[in-house]
Amino acid sequence: MAAENLLKVQAVETYYGNIRALAGVDVEVNKGEIVSLIGANGAGKSTLMMTICGAPQARAGTIVFDGEDITKLPTHLIARRRIAQSPEGRRIFPRMTVYENLQMGAGLDNLKYFNEDVEKIFTLFPRLKERQSQRGGTLSGGEQQMLSIGRALMARPKLLLLDEPSLGLAPLIVKGIFEAIKKLNQEEGLTVFLVEQNAFAALKLSDRGYVMVNGKVTMSGSGKELLANPEVRAAYLEGGRH
Amino acid sequence: MTASTETGHPNVLAKAVREGLFAGVISFFMFLLFVGIETYQDINNALVWRTRWGLLAIFVAVAAVGRFLTVGFIKPHLDQRKLAKAKSGVLEISESKSFFHRHFLKIALIFLVLYPFLSLMIVGKQGSLKYVDNFGIQILIYVMLAWGLNIVVGLAGLLDLGYVAFYAVGAYSYALLSSYFGFSFWLLLPMSGILAALWGVILGFPVLRLRGDYLAIVTLAFGEIIRLVLINWTDVTKGTFGISGIAKASFFGIWSFDTGTANNFVRAWGLSASSVYYKVFLFYIILALCMLTAYVTIQLRRMPIGRAWEALREDEIACRSLGINTVTTKLTAFATGAMFGGFAGAFFATRQGFVSPESFVFLESAVILAIVVLGGMGSLTGIAIAAMVMVGGTEVLREMSFLKVVFGPDFTPELYRMLLFGLAMIIVMLFKPRGFVGSREPTAFLKERRAVSGSFTKEGHG
Repeated sequence: MAAENLLKVQAVETYYGNIRALAGVDVEVNKGEIVSLIGANGAGKSTLMMTICGAPQARAGTIVFDGEDITKLPTHLIARRRIAQSPEGRRIFPRMTVYENLQMGAGLDNLKYFNEDVEKIFTLFPRLKERQSQRGGTLSGGEQQMLSIGRALMARPKLLLLDEPSLGLAPLIVKGIFEAIKKLNQEEGLTVFLVEQNAFAALKLSDRGYVMVNGKVTMSGSGKELLANPEVRAAYLEGGRH
Repeated sequence: MTASTETGHPNVLAKAVREGLFAGVISFFMFLLFVGIETYQDINNALVWRTRWGLLAIFVAVAAVGRFLTVGFIKPHLDQRKLAKAKSGVLEISESKSFFHRHFLKIALIFLVLYPFLSLMIVGKQGSLKYVDNFGIQILIYVMLAWGLNIVVGLAGLLDLGYVAFYAVGAYSYALLSSYFGFSFWLLLPMSGILAALWGVILGFPVLRLRGDYLAIVTLAFGEIIRLVLINWTDVTKGTFGISGIAKASFFGIWSFDTGTANNFVRAWGLSASSVYYKVFLFYIILALCMLTAYVTIQLRRMPIGRAWEALREDEIACRSLGINTVTTKLTAFATGAMFGGFAGAFFATRQGFVSPESFVFLESAVILAIVVLGGMGSLTGIAIAAMVMVGGTEVLREMSFLKVVFGPDFTPELYRMLLFGLAMIIVMLFKPRGFVGSREPTAFLKERRAVSGSFTKEGHG
């Protein structure tokens, strides 16, 4: 895998009012990689995700995507650069059907590849096919997560941002979703940047990982290295004290 | 409740008597001051009061007996029916619909097209004036306004309490441009729509960041601002006097409806003079405008912009992360809704021949919004039915002069139209919390189209 850089976050600082949520974060994602970001609650993981998408915008630092500075772009233009996000809390459209939700994801190409892509999503998540004319809000949590990822994939993204795909789901479903992510990465070469509380599963899946504490990246390395790291194990894997 | 229905009636009846008495006591105190006491001016212009115990007794009796019947008989009956239905396993939504149900829209449209002729045939020329104008045109104006507002509130989910402002802009655009420059109706109709849309964009810009309650307050203020400008800019709008003598619409310039002109419609066709022909003509114009509104709404819902509106109503952040420009999406919703308000306004001006700020008070916005909510957000059929019930109901109240026999000669039934609104609201919200027609038709589907049950569509909140 050639380490061609896709996303480069440099010294990014993000504020909510006067509160600094990100205190100079450096993260890199290369093409074809799965990179995961782990950390405790309130470390700033989701904030970094949202900052990449431009809501809120970074107050300092730069975010470069595919050679272009996207730091100050509005969210919808960032999305049009093919960064798709499955946001925290899934945020599907509850009163639209599964099929319509997927259609919303394909809006960037004006539904040009819709029929082709929707079949792909249905093969990846057969449950969605069964539920296609059901309303998003009536799906179970796991199905909603699949729909959220599916909708993001419909945009044919260069980079897929996943914010806690395992949140509130049964271990078996989490396993299924992680397998789907792995499959997408291996078969389609999809680049994935993943935020997770479930550190063990995330690091096992990832090529590389970052650990975030209080708005800063404190550790980074390959997935295996981080899994083996005693500090990481103590803090995130064995439920120990930090 | 279910336990008592099964064990037998004594329990239920005792409860019904108890609740009936209770309702009577409550209504006695509630209506004591409103109904039981009446103030009036005597010969010396002094304000004195007298009691109306008889009327109060009627109110209390209606409340008590009504509650007694509801609790004692109606509710057990309904519960039993529901239970029986649940046991037999028949779903409420059955696939096989009656002929009338399936072709409801076609039948309704044919009826509307034939309506003026039916009314001419049945009640004659003079009688038709009332049915075509007061019922037909009046209801259709509100249908159009409600369908226009439906784009903003029902589809895009932006709560607009000042919709009447666009109606006013349309009406005054037509009135002013027609009386100052003498442009014709067919030129000014699209212009009024465009001007109203422009104002929609002007309003849209500052309120883009607002949502829900805040948006409602700002739009409410906008509606009042327009009205106050109309009142106070006396040089142009003639203030509260309004503008009168607005030109009538012509039959595309071929025939005129002004008496005395050479190409007068009545004279050209050798008919006896009557204003009913003009009313029938107006009826078809507003019917065509309504159909245009419905057609555009249905088409837009299938287009990316319509889908974006609906997605925006559901989740703004998700919309942005899918690359939808929420700014332009909101603006187009405002502008499209305002445009139809403008059309309706221009039509209103030509129909009345007179506009004044009186016609564009907040109450109008509230009525239009009430129609949209009652009909079911986003449902064209439901909204049309709601408009028929609410506006038609008001007109029917005017006809109910026989009620004077019951309530005394001072009773004016049309003053109770707000009571009707309130009653309809309560009934609909109790039994159909998502409006008359609470189902949302999906616009995209693979094999078959399946309506989404009403229990999943928008509840009665802003």
